[in-house]
Amino acid sequence: MKAKGIVHRYGDNIDTDVIIPARYLNTSDPKELAEKCMIDIDKDFASRVRTGDIIVAGKNFGCGSSREHAPIAIKASGISCVIADTFARIFYRNSINIGLAIIESHEAAKDIEAGDEVEVDFDRGIIYNLTKNKTYKGQAFPEFMQRIIKAEGLINYINSK
Amino acid sequence: MGMTMTQKILATHAGVDYVSAGDLIEVNLDLVLGNDITAPVAIKEMDKLDSKQVFDKDKIALVPDHFTPNKDIKSAENCKCMREFAMDNDISNYFEIGEMGIEHALLPEKGLVVAGDVVIGADSHTCTYGALGAFSTGVGSTDMAAGMATGKAWFKVPSAIRFMLTGKPEKWVSGKDIILHIIGMIGVDGARYQSMEFVGDGVMNLTMDDRFTIANMAIEAGAKNGIFPVDEKTIEYINDHSTKAYTVYEADEDAEYEKTYVIDLSKIKPTVAFPHLPENTHTIDQIEDIKIDQVVIGSCTNGRIDDLRAAAKVLEGRRVAKGMRAIIFPATQNIYLQAIEEGLITTFINAGAIVSTPTCGPCLGGHMGVLAAGERAVSTTNRNFVGRMGHVESEIYLASPAVAAASAITGKISGPEELGL
Ligand code: SF4
Repeated sequence: MKAKGIVHRYGDNIDTDVIIPARYLNTSDPKELAEKCMIDIDKDFASRVRTGDIIVAGKNFGCGSSREHAPIAIKASGISCVIADTFARIFYRNSINIGLAIIESHEAAKDIEAGDEVEVDFDRGIIYNLTKNKTYKGQAFPEFMQRIIKAEGLINYINSK
Repeated sequence: MGMTMTQKILATHAGVDYVSAGDLIEVNLDLVLGNDITAPVAIKEMDKLDSKQVFDKDKIALVPDHFTPNKDIKSAENCKCMREFAMDNDISNYFEIGEMGIEHALLPEKGLVVAGDVVIGADSHTCTYGALGAFSTGVGSTDMAAGMATGKAWFKVPSAIRFMLTGKPEKWVSGKDIILHIIGMIGVDGARYQSMEFVGDGVMNLTMDDRFTIANMAIEAGAKNGIFPVDEKTIEYINDHSTKAYTVYEADEDAEYEKTYVIDLSKIKPTVAFPHLPENTHTIDQIEDIKIDQVVIGSCTNGRIDDLRAAAKVLEGRRVAKGMRAIIFPATQNIYLQAIEEGLITTFINAGAIVSTPTCGPCLGGHMGVLAAGERAVSTTNRNFVGRMGHVESEIYLASPAVAAASAITGKISGPEELGL
């Protein structure tokens, strides 16, 4: 499994209220949510983002509310992977459960800049910065979570048991 | 090596004698919770399962509290989806708005959670029930769907941070000030993936409502759960509200903690978290004049009877400042009723505040008190993120009910002492 795309860069503590503000939570339609994704912190994100793009952020990405609408909005906007220094617990769990690729890497989160072209190799836990010609080590998932991801989410995983 | 209180509860529910931090386990659930925002997503996910049956109709709680009474057509559709699911599956703990309340105040009040339980809820503040000595944590809608269908959830066993509380809080210092103080100290990711275990002599000086407030905001430090030991006050609360059997777990003496903080409650001052993170805390004596436009008293953090009493003590015989909107929302119908009986509602209305039916409403910028650009609110809720209560250029200051009420009177951030109280 691999992801490759152009980077949208954010800082620390990006909370689920800015990923998808509560005022838009009266729907759970992924397309509608994607249109409002990041609107409170990055107004043009929805119009700028291209399929395959990658989000890179600092620590505690996805903190705050448990709304699954947040990873759903990111995934539906076309983002292929989120790289962060660290993720908030519920966001981490939700991303795995809905099949949004995420990876933690301290080095990558520090070094990658907006506009860089980045490739992620999930099987090996390696992140390549094609623009800067650099390589970073990411944290691979424990085996149990890999099984859920391979089944493309928790629901399929339960069905396959 | 011994186990923490959280680890012991998880081990029992996983059917094993021993777990240690980092183990991946599957546990049996005593309760699965969802609301009008998260349950519709879970219901859609559940529909994709081969087996669409709920695991136990008595162990699911569905509470329409966020955008209710329905604030618009889309919200009405969401509530309808949840209501129909509840009826079709004969869910016993579905609470229509007449018996409703904010989920995290409602569930303990209805006796649905007791000491020793394992609860997941598709809402991050599910951690509130740690006040009762239960393990409870917020999850997403897919976890909720899997939980409703299988009665199980997977967890990575958390390590723990211990907060040793000593002493007795001063007058006007409440659970809210204590948890804001702690978050200010360790940061919004200070307990990420971990349990916050509150112990020590100081616990007995905290009311159950204080403990609910503290456990409620464990998530604001990134924690998986917050938990209190079970003492006489807990047992009394459980006996008053529930007929369910409870189990008391205690941490082993040699339980491992990644860190221990000793906190003298008598030294804590009224504390306010400035925009836009709960960790940006200042004590009331450090705060210069900050003019405010709105005060909100309520939510799953501070909408309980202790909170309303504290607010009423401050508002009694006074009037809110000119141009100030003071909005008070009791967390459940029962609390509302009790406040009426105690005369608190009369006090609020005479002071120039409005009182709302229980709802999450303003807490998440849903309805009933959304902020305009440039406006500032002092709120007893739990999050002051950008845009949380309305416009992205509005500001939220988190505080206790006493500070919020005093601020409503003066029109700027103030402690009750400023009013001579
Ligand atoms: S009151 Fe606020 S924090 Fe509590 S459940 Fe409702 S929206 Fe969430």
